[in-house]
Amino acid sequence: MAEFSTSIKDKGNVSIIYLNGYLDAHTAPQLETNFSELIDRDKYNIVVNFTDLHYISSAGLGVFMAYIEKIRENEGDIKLSSMSDKVYNIFDLLGFPLLYEIFKSEDEAISKFKETGNVENKK
Amino acid sequence: MKTKNNIDKKLKIQSRTENLSVIREFIQSAAEEVGMKPGVTEDVMLAVDEACTNIMKHAYKSYPDGEILLKLKYSDHKLTIIIVDYGNSFHPENVPDPDLQKYYRQHRVGGLGMYLMKTLMDEVSYNSVPGKYNEVYLTKYLNNSH
Repeated sequence: MAEFSTSIKDKGNVSIIYLNGYLDAHTAPQLETNFSELIDRDKYNIVVNFTDLHYISSAGLGVFMAYIEKIRENEGDIKLSSMSDKVYNIFDLLGFPLLYEIFKSEDEAISKFKETGNVENKK
Repeated sequence: MKTKNNIDKKLKIQSRTENLSVIREFIQSAAEEVGMKPGVTEDVMLAVDEACTNIMKHAYKSYPDGEILLKLKYSDHKLTIIIVDYGNSFHPENVPDPDLQKYYRQHRVGGLGMYLMKTLMDEVSYNSVPGKYNEVYLTKYLNNSH
């Protein structure tokens, strides 16, 4: 059983990471690899789409903390979108909405990069 | 499906993260047997995942062949999961509540799992006999609102 998978799509200068399945201490390294590879390619405008993520534990939340400062130092951001209520509740319990912008849809998250000028600046 | 008033189950498993999904399925199947609502079941699964992840990382320091024993009991609308390991002893009093601003600066997190366990369960307690075993007790009460 493939319990967790990711895929990445570039839309303009924003990279979208799509999460699918169960993100726990076993599968978190896969997402770490995704962030490392994007940073290696100088891709700092990142949206993470949670539509198909069914489960997250604190090990999964830790991945976002590991990369956020490096990404913001490079004038980028990690924006989160399309979470189920269940997954949002875990982020909320741990206070993550104070540190990360969370949007209902992927398009809203992408347009926020355009508003702040990050997309244009990187062109 | 008729729900059960009492269950008593055990799962013995090695301390490797690939087993976290097996642990969650064990909890889910028992929760269904006692008629727990899905939202509550998910909370219990996450709390048990966090406890076992902590054991794998800290008690066994990622050694994959340590033994973890889960004992699950349900009676009188009370579900208790006792998680036993034979690794390094643990001092919960030394773990502060999470401080995200600090973690942001340090690029790491710690204590999130323990905080989630406390928040999602009705009771959490620890019993450690150094050099012998450690136990985590997680309890959830099932009343009509659950």
